[in-house]
Amino acid sequence: MTARRVLLRGARLVDPASGHDGVADVLVEDGLVAAVGDGEATRATIVDCGGLVLAPGLVDLHAHLRQPGREDKETVETGSRAAAEGGYTAIAAMANTEPVADNVAVIQEVLALAEKAGLCEVHPVGAITTGLAGEAMSEIGEMAGAGVRLFSDDGNCIPRSRVLRMALEYARAFDVVIADHCEDASLAEGAQMHEGYTSSFLGLAGQPAETEEIMAVRDVLLARLTGGRLHLCHLSSAGSVDAVRRAKAHGVRVTAEVTPHHLSLTDEDLTDYDTNRKVNPPLRSAEDREALRAGLAEGTVDAVATDHAPHAIEDKEQEFDQAPPGTIGLETALAVVLTDLVGPGRLTLSRAIEAMSTAPGRILGASGHGGPVEPGREANLVAFDPEVDWVVEAPFASRSRNSAFLGRTLRGRVVHTMFRGELVVQDGKAQR
Amino acid sequence: MIKHLLSMTQLSREDVTRVLDTANSFREVGTRVIKKVPALRGRTVVNLFYENSTRTRISFELAAKRLSADVINFSSGGSSVSKGESLKDTALTLQAMGADAIVIRHSSSGSPATLTRWVTASVLNAGDGTHEHPTQGLLDLYTIRERFGRIEGLRAAIVGDVLHSRVARSLTFGLSKMGAEVTLVGPPTLIPPDAPAWGAEVSYELDPVLPKLDVCYMLRVQRERQRQQFFPSVREYSSLYGLSRDRVAMLPEGCMIMHPGPMNRGVEIASDVADLPQSVITEQVTNGIAVRMSLLYLMLGGAS
Repeated sequence: MTARRVLLRGARLVDPASGHDGVADVLVEDGLVAAVGDGEATRATIVDCGGLVLAPGLVDLHAHLRQPGREDKETVETGSRAAAEGGYTAIAAMANTEPVADNVAVIQEVLALAEKAGLCEVHPVGAITTGLAGEAMSEIGEMAGAGVRLFSDDGNCIPRSRVLRMALEYARAFDVVIADHCEDASLAEGAQMHEGYTSSFLGLAGQPAETEEIMAVRDVLLARLTGGRLHLCHLSSAGSVDAVRRAKAHGVRVTAEVTPHHLSLTDEDLTDYDTNRKVNPPLRSAEDREALRAGLAEGTVDAVATDHAPHAIEDKEQEFDQAPPGTIGLETALAVVLTDLVGPGRLTLSRAIEAMSTAPGRILGASGHGGPVEPGREANLVAFDPEVDWVVEAPFASRSRNSAFLGRTLRGRVVHTMFRGELVVQDGKAQR
Repeated sequence: MIKHLLSMTQLSREDVTRVLDTANSFREVGTRVIKKVPALRGRTVVNLFYENSTRTRISFELAAKRLSADVINFSSGGSSVSKGESLKDTALTLQAMGADAIVIRHSSSGSPATLTRWVTASVLNAGDGTHEHPTQGLLDLYTIRERFGRIEGLRAAIVGDVLHSRVARSLTFGLSKMGAEVTLVGPPTLIPPDAPAWGAEVSYELDPVLPKLDVCYMLRVQRERQRQQFFPSVREYSSLYGLSRDRVAMLPEGCMIMHPGPMNRGVEIASDVADLPQSVITEQVTNGIAVRMSLLYLMLGGAS
């Protein structure tokens, strides 16, 4: 649909950036929000959104789109489609591609592929170190010049404190964010899951929560030292939430994200050796999950990020210790948050939208995303039905199907996604 | 009876008793001149061994053959597996060939559970990684029950590398299910987290535990664990946790000494101790065949 004038009518508009929460019609014209409020618009295509929630389009800080290099798992196009169907209008594409996104050429390739797909904004993440090797800093300045706002060696933790210190310091010149995957490599050696009763029962090598916490504490200390902007990826443990809370109280420039699967599942969900639930960092204890939920509700944890990690069927249909970690998440993130957090009253709907759109939009520097939904702003919006139940099952818009939530019934589903004023998803289906 | 045997935890107390009772009647078969009954004639049992294990494979092979089943041995070396075939494709192949039971030994914990997703055959776990070895646990229970006439109320210690031991898991779950008291003994680095939740006591010292035992079960300790820094040296391990002649003297009369094999003589068990009359290590082997016959018979519905 390419109508120039669209009226989204009758939805409950939840827009944390403006504080708006109530029924409002939104008129979109030429890609921009033209009016918010009551009233008819002439010559507009009317999209009935009665009973739906309308919100600024979701923003994901953490997706693996696998292109270039592993187009059998995902491409920028299929990942964008999964994102759009999941209600996202902007996503960050992680740098661990083949070749690694540690230079402007790869960044520009991803940007071009995203532009061609035209389903959402893709923000390529630049590698902090060349080849993700954790040693030599990549050309952060040049990539920042090409529009990169977020840098990460995700998948790998920056092992040497000095390297991270330099990156945090250097990045200040461009006001870009350094995102770290916190993991002490020696404590994680050989680990297949969280260490605890379940791992000992299943006979799987475990890694304790301290594997992450040691590095989370180190990282916030280095952020304090350098004044750099630090972002901690996919927190999984109570101790990491504490570290962020303390750092924020001391004015350290740190933000943090948590994934829907860490908010929803625990290590006990691995008792049938389901490789789709093998993730890194691993699913942890119920107490950790509780702390993550509380940290998200209070704002210590700023954002929900998917860590969308597509893997080929044959990679996941293996012995547990041979399967790679990761779950896809773009198409289920909103529904998981609605089902497990908003539904039971652990999170307000407004805070959920803030954590999935407004806050990550700000961290990513995605200026047209995350609201406020006001006249003159780019029309990046999602409309979802908060009451509908659906079962997670293949096929997915993603090229992969390794979802930790396969078979689960979730409540709440995306109906329309509007990207730059165009309904790229209508009635749950991508339009291209 | 259960369809698959993946873990000792699946079995009820009644199931265990039934397996042991049935094994009792099969043990007599092994003493005959013609050691064979026709119970599983026409059924196919596949031994799928991704890890070398002469002892367990031969035991399963003999068990199936004594029940007149057709037995196929499939080991990873020199097969399609060494050409990179996945577990799934191997499973589908065996399925297509009409296997009724698949006995699997694999270095990855959980592989038998994974296998059940792809086959209709019964799956028997013959040891998976550091998870479980339920048939070993059952044959140990059989051996203990045979000696004492009961399991309930007995006091057992399982000594050594409990963390990495599939035998320890199956036996601990089995013993506590049957009402025995279990103490896990070893250095803290080799005792799993939350071991008390297994229904066991924990002791980091061996000597105080010895005088009250009915069963002293020694686990194999791989020298590899020293390199991984679970303990500083084999010498120190052996002096703290090895079953020496002096320690045997601290055991009450009638205490059984057990070991799942293969032994590291001089590490977890002194050579002369292994050969003492209290040591029932070869009995364990003999009983293993009867227990596996019992399981195959009960699980494959031998009566039909």
